[in-house]
Amino acid sequence: MNPYLAGVGVGAALLAAFALAGRGLGATGGYSTAVATAAASVAPEHVAQSVPYRAYIDDAAPLVLGDWLVFELLGVLVGAFVSALVCRRFALTVERGNIGVPSRLTMAFLGGLLMGFGARLARGCTSGQGLTGGAMYSIGGWLFIACAFAAAYAIAPLVTRTWRAH
Amino acid sequence: MDIVLPLATYASTDAMTNLWIALGIGVIFGVFLEQGGMGSATQIMGQFTLRNFAVLKIMFSAIVTCTIGLYWFAQVGLLNYDQLVIEPTYLWAQASGAILFGFGFIVGGLCPGTACVAVASGRGDGVALLIGIFAGIVLFNETFTLLEPLYYSAPVEARSLPQLLEWGEHQMLALLTTVALGAFLVAHRIEKSQAANDRKQTS
Repeated sequence: MNPYLAGVGVGAALLAAFALAGRGLGATGGYSTAVATAAASVAPEHVAQSVPYRAYIDDAAPLVLGDWLVFELLGVLVGAFVSALVCRRFALTVERGNIGVPSRLTMAFLGGLLMGFGARLARGCTSGQGLTGGAMYSIGGWLFIACAFAAAYAIAPLVTRTWRAH
Repeated sequence: MDIVLPLATYASTDAMTNLWIALGIGVIFGVFLEQGGMGSATQIMGQFTLRNFAVLKIMFSAIVTCTIGLYWFAQVGLLNYDQLVIEPTYLWAQASGAILFGFGFIVGGLCPGTACVAVASGRGDGVALLIGIFAGIVLFNETFTLLEPLYYSAPVEARSLPQLLEWGEHQMLALLTTVALGAFLVAHRIEKSQAANDRKQTS
């Protein structure tokens, strides 16, 4: 699909989120709830004393912060799966440029590690700060977009050669 | 017209309804991200090899679409803008977090939201990246006491750019649209010149 058209569709989802739920889209917040929920079942005492875990499973506000995003992410999984299937893009594979599978998976893991940590520090990721913050003219949102892309381009010469030019 | 939006505030939708709304909106989000090619790290990396600016095009057209929608909903009196959730700004936390995020983005080739799309498309790199995100969140949570001063440093009182600049919503929308159109033009220029370069090298 034309990327502008896809963008308008994503924008419509974002607009619907604001109009119906009063809040925007996100991703890392949903993962944070999943992590906090899992941690609470493994080490309940540890989690009970930890502010950053508790923030995502607060009993006083059960269905407000993280749970909404968990359901949104479940929706993303369903929507993307159906879309990939219908357009015959679903494939059990590893997209890896011109490096081997183990290297690519390691890079993906390390990238995820940096993003998970960075997004928590920044209070959001490309969805929560980029799209949502961007549309709300949030200062932190636009700061996030500027800093994240500047950082990525700063190290681009080191990384992009592992990808075939497209 | 009577203010009815956001629905969660004015129709006091119950928690269960709100979650169904989340699921439905997520489906739309997922479909359009996938249709835009955002389940593919190869496609996303085009943004950084300067060959394919789909990421920029999707992000900016999504932001502009949503902003125009919110603007008109507010203009016709359907929406109370002040009821929308907006994250507070803490400059150092967000700048440093975003820099780490940017490094992770280009190293991993997907972002947290698009990783979900990649997983749904069967991509193993999406799964590895998602595990990394979970690990990164645990790392943050476990070191939070050390990070706390940074996390709450340099708060900005203004909630948004129009407040900070003391601009009205008309000017802001004009500025945003101009910036987006300018970015699209630059992106097309770069894509074209890169494609010409690539052709020269192969011929």
